[in-house]
Amino acid sequence: MAAVATCGTGAGSTGSVVAAGSKNHVTSFQRRGPRASGSDSSYSRLVSIAGTRPSVRNGQLLVSTGLPALDQLLGGGLAVGTVLLIEEDKYNIYSSLLFKYFLAEGIINGHTLLVASAKEDPADILQELPAPLLDDNFKKDFDEEACNHKTAESNIKMKIAWRYQLLPKMEAGPVSSSRFGHYYDASKKMPQELIEASKWHGFFFPEKSSSTLNIEPCSLTHGYIKLLQFIQNIIYEEGFDGSNPQKKQKNILRIGIQNLGSPLWGDDICCTENGNSHSLTKFLYVLRGLLRTSLSACMITMPTHLIQNKAIISRVTNLSDTVVGLESFIGSERETNPLYKDYHGLIHIRQIPRLNNLIYDVSDVKDLAFKLKRKLFTIEKTDLGYSGI
Amino acid sequence: DQLLNRPRSLSGPSGKLTLLCDANTDGSFLVHHFLSFYLKANCKVCFVALIQSFSHYNIVGQKLGVSLTVARECGQLVFLEGLKSSVDVFFRAQAEPHPLQFLREANAENLQPLYEFVREALKPVDDGEAAWRCPVLLVDDLSVLLSLGMGAVAVLDFIHYCRATVCWERKGNIVALVHDSGDTEDEENNILLNGLSHQSHLILRAEGLATGFCRDVHGQLRILWRTPSQPTTQRDQSLTYQYKIQDKSVSFFAKGMSPAVL
Repeated sequence: MAAVATCGTGAGSTGSVVAAGSKNHVTSFQRRGPRASGSDSSYSRLVSIAGTRPSVRNGQLLVSTGLPALDQLLGGGLAVGTVLLIEEDKYNIYSSLLFKYFLAEGIINGHTLLVASAKEDPADILQELPAPLLDDNFKKDFDEEACNHKTAESNIKMKIAWRYQLLPKMEAGPVSSSRFGHYYDASKKMPQELIEASKWHGFFFPEKSSSTLNIEPCSLTHGYIKLLQFIQNIIYEEGFDGSNPQKKQKNILRIGIQNLGSPLWGDDICCTENGNSHSLTKFLYVLRGLLRTSLSACMITMPTHLIQNKAIISRVTNLSDTVVGLESFIGSERETNPLYKDYHGLIHIRQIPRLNNLIYDVSDVKDLAFKLKRKLFTIEKTDLGYSGI
Repeated sequence: DQLLNRPRSLSGPSGKLTLLCDANTDGSFLVHHFLSFYLKANCKVCFVALIQSFSHYNIVGQKLGVSLTVARECGQLVFLEGLKSSVDVFFRAQAEPHPLQFLREANAENLQPLYEFVREALKPVDDGEAAWRCPVLLVDDLSVLLSLGMGAVAVLDFIHYCRATVCWERKGNIVALVHDSGDTEDEENNILLNGLSHQSHLILRAEGLATGFCRDVHGQLRILWRTPSQPTTQRDQSLTYQYKIQDKSVSFFAKGMSPAVL
């Protein structure tokens, strides 16, 4: 089973968090210092934060996107301090699924979430997160032991279901997962107790639009200004930017912004060609500045197929770190093409950042397709692209 | 400068504007090269880094043999970290004009505060000691200024003012990166690129291969020497190389002569 297959590597990689083979390891934690806070000392003692691991190539701290297959394509995961831009597929089906995987991964790892949307209430989005993939046997074992049981007891109980010992213990408290990247069952919902135990902040634009601005009007639209202020507030108040070094346990802030650039945010670049052409790009720039100076990672989904002015798309791509495009086959002529019948769409890795390096991890495979089976979202290499489509 | 495989001397005529351009690929390796080159050559460098953080350039610089932290501390390098300063400027009103002031304004007219910053940074030291060689302004990258709301004309004016001060008055050099958006109809960017191309003495253009991605050849570099101030009686020299970026260097070879192919 796929989940077990990666267990070994997962445990292996966390075991090697402290003893990573690369010679740059000693400096990797110091590298994080200037980026995340002014004082190196607080970060040179940086112990591994739950749900992160240093990249094999450059010691960059990575978090999982919620899809282990996508993590692999991106060189191990999403680097902390960067933006992952998902270009939405036409009907926003698979991109919202990726969005939910990202948030679900945050809950499992105990990260703090910041969910921003102009379309759905963040509380509703969280209710619909997919459940982590666990076997039913394991769930029964888990239900028997409440979270107050000591780990020693739970170890004993697992003698028969020993494979699942490596899976993270599902506790209602802060979850310290021993794995990097989990699989999710898209047909089931995340257990309510996990959602309630997690720490999250929601930004639902229709609710916040009425409050007043305390920043000078610049060319950003109202929604973007409020969102930036909200994000900056959370980062500052909860100390993600290292401004409060006495905080007990460092954590990652996962920011998810849905449908950025759509008219629901008050931006008109999807409606007209001569819309406010700088609002979105300015927003992205300041957002990236915020991310680079804090322990956070951001996933944005954007309906780029709706943006009328193509120049904006290329500017947005240049201003983001990682860009992944989704193209679903629904409604296109490829849906009935027998060569594509196993897949639901194509996934294009448009840009991967070169962080702290001249080179970057780029996979040789350029034709990738995805499919959503009953439980799993898988990405596979396809050489169907050569068939003259 | 054996990396770039072409004659290069600082003692030659200075006051040059070098334009770095990338199309369909990432030309940032050129920026890293010039940064380390000028720092090693003991020049005073003002680096306006708009697209990445200081630690990014520092780490790559260490691979190329320079330490940006040391250079910054001893005054050789003046570093404007765009991403970090933008957060300061945007959320808190500043007492004095900030080089990135235009982020707060709805219709910023020009980049004067940024120019003042550059001018101040590359001011000759008054204590009589010629500690550093010619001043250098390095910008990564100018296309970001367009994304942040400045018009192409404002950016061209900024470069013009910088040229007057850095190149002509202080006999320094300017190196700037501009993205070539290709066919995506980014008119402002095209105006900026064309305008700068006409003013530059040297254009380094990194292009992705026309045939697509290749593991052994990352792209093609076109080098064009120009003399903008003189009438074009002599032809501009141009050379093309293909390159592959490695961990600590870039290797260049003639077209079709990649070691992987031979």
